[in-house]
Amino acid sequence: MATTTKIALAGEGGQGVQSVAEIMVEAANDEGKEALYIPNFGVEQRGGVSVAYCQISDEKVGSPKFKFADLVIALSDRAVRRTKQYVNANTVFIYDSSIQDVESDLPTNAKKVLAIPALEVAKKELHPRVFNVIIMGAAIEATKVIKMDDAKKALEKRLGYKFQQDPQLRELNYKALEKGAELVKGLL
Amino acid sequence: MTKVPNMPKSWRQETKPHKFCPGCGHGLVLKALGEAIDELGIQDRVVFGCDIGCSLLAWDFFNVDTVQTHHGRTTPVLTGVKRARPDRICIAYMGDGGGYAIGSQHLVNAAARNEKLTVILVNNCNYGMTGGQMAPTTLPDMKTETSPYGRNVAETGYPTQGPEMVAAITREGAYAARGTVANVRQLKGFIKKALQNQIDGNGFSFVEALSGCPTNWSTNAKDTWAFIEETMTKYFKVGEIKAPAKKEE
Amino acid sequence: MAEKPIQGEKRVFMTGNEVVAWAALAAEADLMYGYPITPQNEVMHYWTRLAPKFGKKFLQTEDEISAGFTTCGGALAGKRCFTATAGPGNILMQESMAMAEMMRIPTVLVVQQRGGPSTGTVIYSQQEVTMTCFGGNGEGLRIVYSTGSHQELFDYVIKAFNSAWKYRFPTFVLGDGYQAKMRESLVIYDPALKGIKMEPTAPRLGLEGMPGVDRPPSHLRNTYNTEEELFEAVSELVAAYEKIAPEVVEYQEFFTDDAEVVIIAHGVVTRAAQAAVKTLRSQGIGAGHFRPVTLRPFAVDALKTIAKRAKKLLVVESAQGQLAKIVKDAIYGESVPLEGYYRPGQGITAEEIVELVKKGM
Repeated sequence: MATTTKIALAGEGGQGVQSVAEIMVEAANDEGKEALYIPNFGVEQRGGVSVAYCQISDEKVGSPKFKFADLVIALSDRAVRRTKQYVNANTVFIYDSSIQDVESDLPTNAKKVLAIPALEVAKKELHPRVFNVIIMGAAIEATKVIKMDDAKKALEKRLGYKFQQDPQLRELNYKALEKGAELVKGLL
Repeated sequence: MTKVPNMPKSWRQETKPHKFCPGCGHGLVLKALGEAIDELGIQDRVVFGCDIGCSLLAWDFFNVDTVQTHHGRTTPVLTGVKRARPDRICIAYMGDGGGYAIGSQHLVNAAARNEKLTVILVNNCNYGMTGGQMAPTTLPDMKTETSPYGRNVAETGYPTQGPEMVAAITREGAYAARGTVANVRQLKGFIKKALQNQIDGNGFSFVEALSGCPTNWSTNAKDTWAFIEETMTKYFKVGEIKAPAKKEE
Repeated sequence: MAEKPIQGEKRVFMTGNEVVAWAALAAEADLMYGYPITPQNEVMHYWTRLAPKFGKKFLQTEDEISAGFTTCGGALAGKRCFTATAGPGNILMQESMAMAEMMRIPTVLVVQQRGGPSTGTVIYSQQEVTMTCFGGNGEGLRIVYSTGSHQELFDYVIKAFNSAWKYRFPTFVLGDGYQAKMRESLVIYDPALKGIKMEPTAPRLGLEGMPGVDRPPSHLRNTYNTEEELFEAVSELVAAYEKIAPEVVEYQEFFTDDAEVVIIAHGVVTRAAQAAVKTLRSQGIGAGHFRPVTLRPFAVDALKTIAKRAKKLLVVESAQGQLAKIVKDAIYGESVPLEGYYRPGQGITAEEIVELVKKGM
């Protein structure tokens, strides 16, 4: 049987969940892996809970939806509640430590539940805009589903035109990736 | 404790903050409408209908009976309500697509029949909720998702002049005006007159509101306002286009 | 002569809506008519950007009624035309598609199913099966392909144009919101590379020459005066449809020869069903999967054969029995027990199907 890594990312619309998912699966595809990603959202253009389902595998991926994820990352209180259903004994559940009043909603059946200060790091050390790239770094480190170098290449592909105008952005984004990985390293 | 901002009495507090995008004009139009409803004292008589598109986000906005319909069908649904209950004040709320594209036949026919309805149409030159496609009111050369190289007027015509069309096809007793979120007080005035026109049983009342969509225009605050106040007004005249003649005392 | 949109073949990674646009270009479609409705909008977004580079056209109509009828008009004028829609937009398409059925107009309509009825959700379902197969006020004389992957979306959009113009029945590619929005890899290609020749088109309106002098005028109608006339007209349509059905029918079978329980699913759910069967077989359970690729015409004979052998049929769909109705109609007379797993508007996973089969044993 092929190994398929299933990742569910969820947050409020505008937090960059879909962008992270798209870049990750693009990177996996470029690496020669099979990848499938679907977004899930309501009708509002902005706001509302935004969920991305990513599957990365050696073989063609089956059903676009999955019952339980290997990794869940939730970036808001609504996202925590919405993604609980994807958690089982094999799931690593990561959430941002800035989310308020969410302790009672956290899953109790996960393999591991981890709070990371991604938003805080973004605000204090980097820039609030790269919050989702930090999350991406964390996701990659937690699943080892793609190589960090391929993630950087995919970022370049997507944002290269912005990096050209302001090379500091490239540094910022790469740092965010690495910072995200750091936040998770050794804790799993 | 968070301070609750001042809201029109007819607004439903439990559903605020609302779901419209930051910088959206709908919030301002609905504020003008809410205040108009309050000032006319008709909250318990209003039936409110909203269309598909961003207007559907108003389905639980007011403490007023509301129905969210299909795309373009708010006018006929509210026509049905009004004819069944003429004592209700029926307001059909929609966007430029719901009124001038898929809903245009209903708008034209309701106007021609002089339905005692009030239609409020929010014009932001694109289909917002579906991601920024071209609308009947998209400006010439304006780039949208389905006019990526700019609206070609030779191929697709000029922006629809809604209130002018309503004025042309209606008889005495109709009211048609165009306001703008750049002047909410004036917009409220037009909406109040449109509602009063229905209360008085005169005929079809129509108010278009020029509005902004920074999400799909990809504009910052400054450019959004510039577009509404300076660019849109080149194609859409703000003011009253038709009003019932004042009755002789 | 403008160069071909796809030269040779290449592996790409894109959303289903983008695939549809590329496939239509590869199929040498001339015109797209459309109206915004989620989740198929991006078909238009990509078409409007790509088509002008190859001299192809687009019009965003005032609504789906118009999009369907303009597509009919373009096809009658002899051009490869297509449109795309979903949900409530599909409802509006039924009027024009009924006209296409009666008048044998080669239309191509791509449907990306969303939750229903009414506005429902913008996300996904398989709830437009009945409507796409049998909508309108006719007998469902349509060709409907139900795709389950981006590769199939590409292959079958091209095939849809050929089926439409060869057999002259309104042709549909039935996708869904998952396929529309998801990203996965596929190989896009120039059809000529695979030996696929695009079926030639022919106009029925606006032909050359003086009508009544150089040639008879083309008089097309869809109205009849007597019961007998209508019966004759419809009988002709039915006969033509039944004649081509064996050529058009497509289906797939997985481990059905010795299967005790046969899972029947279509579209994107086949992926979950195929994976489920693999898992079940590896656990020693005799499961199989029958997948109709064409919902119209339906693979009646193949399914009947399976129905005679199997101990149980399990219909799995993201609707409340719309596929099951077609199945039951096809196997009428067979005594095999049939169960349904109905999840309107919800995605179905392989794990669910595995659990279901095991529970039922």
